[in-house]
Amino acid sequence: MAVKVIIPSPLQQFTNSEETVDLEASTVGEALSQLAARYEGLRARLFTEAGKLRPFVNVYLNEEDVRFLEKDATPLHKDDVLAIVPTIAGGF
Amino acid sequence: MMLKLDQSHLDQIRQHGARDYPSECCGILLGRADAKDKEVREVVPLKNLRHDSARAQALLPLDDPGRETERNRFLIDPMEQLRVEKDARARSLDVVGYYHSHPDHPARPSNYDREHAWPWYSYVIVSVQKGEPKDLTSWVLTDGRERFDPEQVDALNL
Repeated sequence: MAVKVIIPSPLQQFTNSEETVDLEASTVGEALSQLAARYEGLRARLFTEAGKLRPFVNVYLNEEDVRFLEKDATPLHKDDVLAIVPTIAGGF
Repeated sequence: MMLKLDQSHLDQIRQHGARDYPSECCGILLGRADAKDKEVREVVPLKNLRHDSARAQALLPLDDPGRETERNRFLIDPMEQLRVEKDARARSLDVVGYYHSHPDHPARPSNYDREHAWPWYSYVIVSVQKGEPKDLTSWVLTDGRERFDPEQVDALNL
């Protein structure tokens, strides 16, 4: 399926400044693996060494957090939009 | 890098800090960035999701929810963040940074701030002492995540 991935500003240095990346993938996991394969610098920012998505990285499919769908196995449909949303938190 | 804002943007951030005292406030800075500077065009106040402790805990668990509350922690709802970011992109604006307040605490990033920060973005902190907004500073995390570097804040009087 042809899908689009939205890349947040801090990670655009790893995608040749591209704000969005077009991919062909049938699940969320497949799309993320392809993204990491295409942009090596992105891999370490998105995944732990064990290959799990980092805790401060949220992935949204259209308007929904994939953690509350079927995670990596969430199926993709034509023209779906995946967004990588960095967790923003702090305090003292 | 330098963070350029209008005086009205600084006022908005300070007023939000005072309004939400003694809790932490938070929001998004929209604007444009080039290799040298970031220029803020809009300040978007958001809800501190730590007020909704169950939802916040599901998204980003705290070690000690008894001690860590909306008074010393903030979390931006990723759904709201995505909504603001999409709306901004449609208007050719970017998320250039975020702001939050430190109630009764200096405008300096804590270890918790650093551990949760992302490189590239500007992190503006306003200190609110006894309800009064005081110092305002901006910081950028180094690419290797070792530390926050201070960023010059340039207020334009427009």
